[in-house]
Amino acid sequence: MAFPDLEMMHVLRRAAFGARPEELADFSKRGLAETIDEFINFTRVADDVDDKIGTPGYVGTTSNGAFSPSTVINDARQRWLFRMVHSRRPLQEKMALFWHNHFATAYSKVSGNTNALDGTRMMAAKRSEHPGKLQGQLELFREYALGNFRDMLVEVAKDPAMLVWLDGRTNTRRQPQENFGREIMELFTMGVGFYTEPDVYAAARVFTGWNLQRVGSGDDTNGYYQFQYIANNHETTAKDFSFSIYADGSKTIPARSAANGMQDGLDLIEALARHPETGRRLARKLWNFFVSETNQPDEFLIRRLASTYQTSGFSMAAVMQMLLTSRDFLSPANHFTKYSWPAEFVVKSLKEVGHAGFSVNTALTPLANMGQQLFEPPDVAGWDLGRNWFSTGAMLARMNFAATLTANQRFNISEGARGKGPTPEALLTMYLEQLSPATYDRAAYNDLLDYLRTGGTWTGNDAQIGIKAPGLLHLIVGSSEYQFV
Amino acid sequence: MSFTRRDFVRGGVSAFTLGFAAPQFLCDIAQAQGAGSRNLVVIYLSGGNDSLSMLIPYADPSYVSRRPTLNIPAGQVLQIGSDSAGNRLGLHPRLTGLRAMFNQGRLALIQRTGYENSSRSHFTGTDIWSTASPANSQGAGWLGRYLDTIPAPVDPLAAWNTTGQTPHALLANTVSVPAIPNPATYAFGSPNTGSNAVDERTFATRISSHEPVNRPHLAFVNSTAQAAFATLDRVASVAAYAPSVAYPNNGFAQALRAVAGVLARGIGTRVFWVQTGGYDTHSAQNTLNGSYAALMTTLNDGLLAFYTDLSNQGLLSQTLVLQFSEFGRRIQENGSQGTDHGAASVMMAIGGQVRGGIYGTAPNLNPADSSNPTLENGGNDVRYQTDFRSVYSRVIDNWLGGNSASILGGDFRSGAPNIL
Repeated sequence: MAFPDLEMMHVLRRAAFGARPEELADFSKRGLAETIDEFINFTRVADDVDDKIGTPGYVGTTSNGAFSPSTVINDARQRWLFRMVHSRRPLQEKMALFWHNHFATAYSKVSGNTNALDGTRMMAAKRSEHPGKLQGQLELFREYALGNFRDMLVEVAKDPAMLVWLDGRTNTRRQPQENFGREIMELFTMGVGFYTEPDVYAAARVFTGWNLQRVGSGDDTNGYYQFQYIANNHETTAKDFSFSIYADGSKTIPARSAANGMQDGLDLIEALARHPETGRRLARKLWNFFVSETNQPDEFLIRRLASTYQTSGFSMAAVMQMLLTSRDFLSPANHFTKYSWPAEFVVKSLKEVGHAGFSVNTALTPLANMGQQLFEPPDVAGWDLGRNWFSTGAMLARMNFAATLTANQRFNISEGARGKGPTPEALLTMYLEQLSPATYDRAAYNDLLDYLRTGGTWTGNDAQIGIKAPGLLHLIVGSSEYQFV
Repeated sequence: MSFTRRDFVRGGVSAFTLGFAAPQFLCDIAQAQGAGSRNLVVIYLSGGNDSLSMLIPYADPSYVSRRPTLNIPAGQVLQIGSDSAGNRLGLHPRLTGLRAMFNQGRLALIQRTGYENSSRSHFTGTDIWSTASPANSQGAGWLGRYLDTIPAPVDPLAAWNTTGQTPHALLANTVSVPAIPNPATYAFGSPNTGSNAVDERTFATRISSHEPVNRPHLAFVNSTAQAAFATLDRVASVAAYAPSVAYPNNGFAQALRAVAGVLARGIGTRVFWVQTGGYDTHSAQNTLNGSYAALMTTLNDGLLAFYTDLSNQGLLSQTLVLQFSEFGRRIQENGSQGTDHGAASVMMAIGGQVRGGIYGTAPNLNPADSSNPTLENGGNDVRYQTDFRSVYSRVIDNWLGGNSASILGGDFRSGAPNIL
């Protein structure tokens, strides 16, 4: 193992959310192949991360009264951040974040059309937390993190939050409503350019009747919404598409009785999952999320990923296995070529700077200022990624989060740096090994050293370290180099 | 003129801002680039505005039958007369402030704006309106391309985006537009205090001042950081602005309040971006008293406060407000008392030098007439009459002093409404 283990650090930034120093040492000892294998086959690892919330040694949470992530959205946001920091199944959380952006659903509309309690449940409840075994959308994404994409599409189409978000509840036989029918083609599967406007109208008719029912009365706090196919609302005539729906090339979903009409939607979802462009589009999105945003996708790899997607019967585990073991993924040319999402930046900095005594609640407002409030994507297309994360206001928010975190960790930072700074060079070298910014060019590196040297002779004594060590970490975490993963 | 680095930083200027040929005081740049001169405030109603409920052809014989639950009764619209074809029109009842502007001749309403083969996708539609390019809606935006034509060095506050993320229309090739959702929190924090905090700002500015070798993506983030440092102090001066009227306490109105602050301080910003959402009214639109009425209230009250504030300060004649949305909505209401994605919409222009009035003609909402040239998509949607790019061309040529043909990549001047 080379030290620092640059390849492993790259894998952990991408397939996980970075690593604490002791986690990095552990993964390095086990090696790349075993680590990636375990990330993909994550069900081998106990799903015990939520049990750690509120215990010493872990990042903190802050709540009004009892911590209740299945009923209070602010707590749900904290629980998800907690999982990103501490889950031993990090790729599962990474994929959940990917799917949250892919099937972007916003709490504000879901709760606005119901109420805060139902909205939070629909976004984030665990089955075990609800008497009706209601599964919130995030738990759906975790369950299908590396699952079968077609099956996930079916579950998404039946997902209560999605039915509220894209108005499926009001899509009826008499007046079909296009919102979901359009987005399942434009955003969830094949993308613009592969369907027509008449396809949108036909898809809207296909999903008529996919609706919700309320279990329990309106003022029953254990009441909830669950999927229900309402045959009476289904439009039963045949639906013609511009692309093939069935394996024999037929482009028409046949007329069916209302009672059997739910099969229309299952047929369309199967066709959309199988459409050649869906696999390619997913492969390109995964390239941008895991491999690079600045280097163009390798078309050969995209073809292989799309092919694997088809031959495996839409298995995302098979696709990710191929991607994470590809030469492109590991290539040094692709290190630090992804603009970190705000959540990635925040979690990486917590893991690398430290979080003893820090509450993830403190990160929620900064995250919103950086442009990523969890459970609140700006619209159904998800967040504007890449460069678009980096407006001036968002960049200031990142620098300011670095300031907040280093101020909060001042004691721990000073303790950790005590006696480690006989020279400015020694202190800087220690931090550049502990943190993972992209390489600083010589001029920027010298600026970091000059910062340590400015304002008086370097002594490395406790008083000086108490100011300069947090200040230096603030500069590193707030620098452009640190914004890449 | 001489100055120390410290003065420089305090003055909100970085000597190292990428693209600056030479150090120079920002106030010089700002003055040279037009402090106190014309500005454009673009207002984007996101989600696809149901403009038939904003500017209502209430006398159309098909209006009520196609909007059985969503129509505004004729007796409740704010009548503003008729268009050139004799269609009687009224504003939504909540738009009382806009009607006052209309009566003062300072509000122009441009009916049926759009383009051929209108996209029904929010994202493609927004890209097309942002780039003014239906054929290829990638790349820099139309306002970004205008900013690219300003001679360097460009003041980092030449444009001001009041939202958190840079909208596509403001994406430029050479200019980075600051995102300032809230001037009060647009500041540089530090774990330390006093001179130690000042040191951090100094060195953070320096670290981002270098052009990294062979890493354009890193250079981009550095340029963003530099733009932030170069704007901090002037933005702080706007945060202290005391307006002459009370603005409503919502994001839209507070953004306009900040814009008024920038104008009152003479910062020199030429282009502002303000956005307000909620217009994707697929269900429960409740045009008269519910969610759409709330949208109109937000729009009206924010614009009225802004208009009054600028009037009080003598700033109205240098300001042009231009409103758009990515598409209009389906004429026939759907089964959920809402409207689906449609085609042409209404643009508005407001300002002290605007020629107010009604431009273009309303659609004939009768779907049965197959030769009806004002509809498309089988009579379901409103067909455009005025190419939105001709409106842009008028704004660029007659207001911003640019060359619309080169900025828009074509000459769209013919047929432009005579709003300026």
